[in-house]
Amino acid sequence: MKPLKPIGSKAGIALGVAFFLLFFLVWSVVTLGGFVSKTFLADPFTMLESGWRLLTVHGFHKDIGITVWRVVGGFVIAAALGVPLGIAMGAYKPIEAFFEPFVSFARYLPASAFIPLLILWAGIGEMQKLMVIFIGSFFQIVLMVAVTVGATRRDLVEAAYTLGAGNSGVVRRVLLPSSAPDIAETLRLVLGWAWTYVIVAELIGASSGIGHMITDSQALLDTGQIIFGIVVIGVIGLVSDYVFKLWNRRLFPWRLA
Amino acid sequence: MSKLAIEAVSRTFAGVHGGPPTRALEPTSLAVEDNDFICILGPSGCGKSTLLRIVAGLDEPTSGRVLLDGAPVGGPGPDRGMVFQSYTLFPWLTVRQNICFGLRERGVPQAEQDRVAAHFVARVGLGGFEGHYPKMLSGGMQQRTALARALANDPKILLLDEPFGALDNQTRALMQELLLGIWEADRKTVLFVTHDIDEAIFMANRVAVMSARPGRIKSDVRIDLPHPRHYTVKTTPEFSAYKARLTEEIRAESIKAATMSL
Ligand SMILES: Nc1ncnc2c1ncn2[C@@H]1O[C@H](COP(=O)(O)OP(=O)(O)OP(=O)(O)O)[C@@H](O)[C@H]1O
Ligand SMILES: [Mg+2]
Repeated sequence: MKPLKPIGSKAGIALGVAFFLLFFLVWSVVTLGGFVSKTFLADPFTMLESGWRLLTVHGFHKDIGITVWRVVGGFVIAAALGVPLGIAMGAYKPIEAFFEPFVSFARYLPASAFIPLLILWAGIGEMQKLMVIFIGSFFQIVLMVAVTVGATRRDLVEAAYTLGAGNSGVVRRVLLPSSAPDIAETLRLVLGWAWTYVIVAELIGASSGIGHMITDSQALLDTGQIIFGIVVIGVIGLVSDYVFKLWNRRLFPWRLA
Repeated sequence: MSKLAIEAVSRTFAGVHGGPPTRALEPTSLAVEDNDFICILGPSGCGKSTLLRIVAGLDEPTSGRVLLDGAPVGGPGPDRGMVFQSYTLFPWLTVRQNICFGLRERGVPQAEQDRVAAHFVARVGLGGFEGHYPKMLSGGMQQRTALARALANDPKILLLDEPFGALDNQTRALMQELLLGIWEADRKTVLFVTHDIDEAIFMANRVAVMSARPGRIKSDVRIDLPHPRHYTVKTTPEFSAYKARLTEEIRAESIKAATMSL
């Protein structure tokens, strides 16, 4: 194979689907072939059956809706505050010097370790979920955006100055557009992490949501439902990632040209 | 009064990690008259870019000053258009939007922007590529766009830092003719940095030769070749005489530069 040589979109999709099929095949062989006990790992068909029951009998779609709402809510708040602060830090060095050490410190505080504390503060309601996601996403967004903006090509900034741009013109017309694709990419990445935070929050203390369903299923030893819950998270993640990618490509055609 | 006066400008860069400071530019003076096309010719590392960046206002002189129309230059501004050695088109803007960057910054009405862009797109021969992004253009086309972008601002003086350095010989020759044609027609004032002797003689009416680092202008040669210049001028005896003379001057400096860095 030739390194870095692109493949056609049809072949790409076929290969991607092929691995999913292979995965299900191995899973089926291992479970249906009796190599693993049913108590510990449900086979794919039991998993789908449990999923169908969850959706039709137990109203699992409401749990999915709640979880999606929490992720999107916490993420949007974190992005709405984090992106502007990151841009300001990347563009203006005194602002960066002021916030950067603290943000770097806060970034390493594990969001999941806050959950017990947040439960004390805010109970197990929506506020607590949003806060977990916010803590997990906000500092990451701030730092990554600041780095992106700060890494803007200096020669482009200089070119803008010689063309008569002022300081705010340079921020608006050079720093922002040149970092926009990487900021979008940062958001895509962090959204993926937000999903893990919400599930952890729901596993520890919640009365609804995908994570809550998973803990309930554990008590019932229903591995089919647990796996279905996990698969649903994966599918939502895959779809949102794909939508984000498509959107980024649409928004920044100059990157690909 | 000169259009541009460079008065005893010097530049010393602070040492890296406590090392000795780098003296990039000895006190240098140069008077650029209106409509001059001056080429600054010098070996690599002699401070040509440093000098041009100081004129552009992108760097500050350690001593001396630069006057444009008698007023000291503070920082960068649209009155000094610059074309850089590297490709510096804004990748997120199309050719037309790149050319209009300065006009838009000044709040020129859209219709006027379109008119100016169309004029300069035609001028640099980029018709049909207005909607292309820089990534879709060849190096030569990118530098033509950069030239159009600087010209669209109608600067008092055009500063060019080896703009054709990365291009192949044929493309470079075409670009030289293009720029010379624009200068002959519009009578711009141009300060052009290069290390290519042919390029300097072909385009300039004055060639300022710089010495090896620390650089200063060691001679100022008037090029009395008739205008409009055609590329065939490069094969005339007059051209060869200039070339022989400048080659000798540059050679001495290049040897100095090479032995110094050993
Ligand atoms: N920012 C800087 N910090 C420290 N030293 C610098 C800096 N910029 C340039 N120099 C030094 O100044 C000297 C002149 O550099 P300059 O870029 O002006 O050379 P040049 O004549 O343009 O060379 P070339 O033809 O290779 O582009 C070099 O020795 C370089 O090391
Ligand atoms: Mg240079």
